[in-house]
Amino acid sequence: MSVIEKLRAYVLDTYLFTSDQNALGNDDSFLDKGIIDSTGILELVMFLEEQFGVKVDDTELLPENFDSINRLAQFVARKTGKAAV
Amino acid sequence: MCGLAGILCFDPDASVTERELEPMVAALAPRGPDGTGFHTEPGIGLGHARLSIIDLEGGDQPIHNETRTIWTVFNGEIFNYVELRRDLEQRGHRFYTHTDTEVIVHLYEEYGDGFATHMNGQFAIALWDRPRRRLLLVRDRPGILPLYFSRQGQRLLFASEIKALLPAMGSRPELNAAALDQLMTFWAPVSPASLFRGVEEVSPGEMVIVEAGQLRRQRYWEWSFPADGQYLRGSVDELAEELHSLLLDATRLRLRADVPVGAYLSGGLDSSGISALVRHLGHPDLHTFSIRFDDPGVDEGEHQLRVSQFLGTKHASVMCRKADIAASFPAVIYRTEAPVLRSAPAPMSILSGLVRQQGYKVVLTGEGADEVLGGYDLFKEAKIRQFWARQPDSAWRPALLGRLYPYLDLNQRTGSAYLKMFFGQALDQPDLPGFSHLPRWTTTGKTREFFSAGFRAQLAQDPVAVLVDTLPADFPKWHAFNRAQFLEAKTLMAGYLLNSQGDRMLMANSVEGRFPFLDHRVIEFANRLHPRLKMRGLNEKYLLKRALARHLPPATVARYKQPYRAPDIAAFFGAGDPPDYVKERLSPAALQASGYFDSQRVQLLLRKIEQGRVIGFKDNMALLGILSTQLWHQAFVDGKGSPGSYLQ
Repeated sequence: MSVIEKLRAYVLDTYLFTSDQNALGNDDSFLDKGIIDSTGILELVMFLEEQFGVKVDDTELLPENFDSINRLAQFVARKTGKAAV
Repeated sequence: MCGLAGILCFDPDASVTERELEPMVAALAPRGPDGTGFHTEPGIGLGHARLSIIDLEGGDQPIHNETRTIWTVFNGEIFNYVELRRDLEQRGHRFYTHTDTEVIVHLYEEYGDGFATHMNGQFAIALWDRPRRRLLLVRDRPGILPLYFSRQGQRLLFASEIKALLPAMGSRPELNAAALDQLMTFWAPVSPASLFRGVEEVSPGEMVIVEAGQLRRQRYWEWSFPADGQYLRGSVDELAEELHSLLLDATRLRLRADVPVGAYLSGGLDSSGISALVRHLGHPDLHTFSIRFDDPGVDEGEHQLRVSQFLGTKHASVMCRKADIAASFPAVIYRTEAPVLRSAPAPMSILSGLVRQQGYKVVLTGEGADEVLGGYDLFKEAKIRQFWARQPDSAWRPALLGRLYPYLDLNQRTGSAYLKMFFGQALDQPDLPGFSHLPRWTTTGKTREFFSAGFRAQLAQDPVAVLVDTLPADFPKWHAFNRAQFLEAKTLMAGYLLNSQGDRMLMANSVEGRFPFLDHRVIEFANRLHPRLKMRGLNEKYLLKRALARHLPPATVARYKQPYRAPDIAAFFGAGDPPDYVKERLSPAALQASGYFDSQRVQLLLRKIEQGRVIGFKDNMALLGILSTQLWHQAFVDGKGSPGSYLQ
C-alpha cells in the first residue's frame, strides 16, 4: 500500500466509517467538510507517528499539513524524506 | 466443571480417610451437584464433586490409568480430548471411559511433566503418581479455573476453592494483610497470594510438583510477546482471515459436550462474534442469554435484541434490579472468597441462574477478547499517555484524552492541571514497568487510605514493587502496548474477571463457561500481531472487527465499546435505607471488631453517601471494597459461612 492509500484507508475507516473510495477526494478539506474535529486531528497525528515513525511538533499542527489527504501525504513525504506514492 | 479436593501426607505411611475428605468436597457442592467420588491410599486422599457434561454415565472421578498407579481428579475440560485419545490409543494406551479426564493420566504416562502443553482446555488438575510418590497440581494457561493449596504441618491440602480447605485446616482463618493491600490496588492479590494467610494458588500456566516433602513451582506457559519486534507478516486481510479461522476452530472445539451449549450475549462485539461463529458452524438452535438492568445508563437490551434477531437465536434475558444486587451480595462474597471493588459479579450470578433455570449447564462467552486483541479504554489511555510522553510539553497532546473521557473539562485551567496531575504521572518515565496502569492503580489505591493504623502497620511492601518483582525478564523489551496487555492479563483478568466475576459466579449456579478467545492458539497468534493491528489509532480490536464484520450487523461492529457495568453504591443506597446487613457490617462495632478499616473515616464516607453528595469512582470502589471485606471477614474469619438464604 502506498502512503496515500494508507492515509485514505485510515481516514475512511476511522472518521467516515466506510470503505467507499468515492466518499473522500484527496483534496477534500477535513475541517470544511466536518470530517475531523480538533481531537480527531490528534488521533490522526498519533496514527502518523505510529504508522510512519515521524514525530510531529505542536508548531506543525496546521491546516497546511493536516487538512486533506494530499496535504497529509506531502507532510509525511517531507518528514520521512520519501515520495508519497 | 467440577470441584476437586485432596490431602497429601508427607509421611508415606500416614493415611487419609474419606470422612476427612467429605466436608471438603461438600463445600464444593455448587461446582459439582451431580455426584461425588473418592480415592484413598497410603499417603493420599483425592475427592471430587462432579458436574457431568461429557460421558454422563461413565465419567465418575477419580480416574486412573491401566495399572491403577496414576490417579487424577480434575475440574474443567480438555477440548481436544478426541484427538489426544486417538493419538494415545495409537501409542498403546487403553481407555475405560469416554471422558476427557482419562486422557490426563495417559498423557502423563506418555510425556511426563510436559503433558500439560498437549492439552487445549481449561483445567485444574491434581495428579498422583504412586510409583514416584509425587503429586502434581496443574492449572490452565490463562487461569480460567482456580486451584489452591496450603501446607499444614506434615500435610498438604489442596482444592478448587479455599472454602474446601478450611474443614481440614483446624484453625481459624486469618487475613493475609499484604494480599488485601494488593487487591485494593490491582483488584486481585499478586499471584500466588490469596486473601487467606498460608493459602496460595497454583498460578495460571503453572504446575506445582510435590515430591519427597519438597514443593516446587514449574511454569509451562506464559503470556509472551516478540522481544525483537518480529511481528507476524502479512496483509491486514490475510491476518484477519487467519484470526477468523483460529476463532472458528476454538469455538468448534468448545461446542463439544454431551449436553446442549448456549451462549452469553452482552450486545457487544465479542459475545456477538462468538454467537455468530456458532451459527456459522451450522448450529441451528442457539440459545442466548443476557442480563438487563433497570438503570438505562448501563442497560444494553436494545443491542442484545438487535444481535439476537440478526443471528436468529432463541433469546432469554433476566432483569437485574438494584435491590437484587444488594440482596445477593453477601452470597456473592461467600462464593468469591475475596473482596470485590464493584458489584458487577452479582448480576453475573443472576445471569448464570437464568441459564440453569432454562436447563443449560454450559455457555460460551466473549471473555478475553479485550485483553487478547486490545479492547480496553485503559489501552487507549496508555497509548495517549505514551503519545503525550513523546512531547511532554505539548499543549495539544493531552487533549486527546478528551476523546476517551468526554466528561473531562479540557478547556478550563483547572481541568488541564487535573489532567497533568492525574494522567501525566511518570510522563518523564514512559518505560516504567507499570506506566500504562499507574492512573488506575492510583485511583483504586485510594481505598487503602481507609485502612486503620493498626492494619497499616502490618504492611511492609509496596504492592507495585511486589508485582514488578514477578515480571518476566523480557518484559522491558516488549512494545508498550504489549506490556499493558501483559499486566492486564495477569492482574485484573486472571485475578478478578475470570475468578470473582467469572468462574465463581458461573459455579454459583453450576454452570460452566467456555471462552474461545482464551484458546491458547488464539492468544499466541494475537501476541505476535503488531500492536497497531489491535488498536489502529484509537480504534480498538481493529483486526477482530475485520475478522468478524462479515457475520454481524454493521452497527454492532461500529459500536463504541461499552464496558460492562452495574450499579455500585446505588444498588445499596439508591432506594434510601440500605439493607440491615450493610448497616451492621459498616457499623463502628463491626469495623472495630475486624480491625481492617478506620471506623471514623468509613462513617464520613457513609455520611457523604447518605447526604447524596456527588459520588465518584473512588467512592464507589471504597464502599464496595470495605463492605465486601467486612462480609468476607464475617463469612470466613467469624466462620458464619454461607448466607444460605441468599443463594439461588
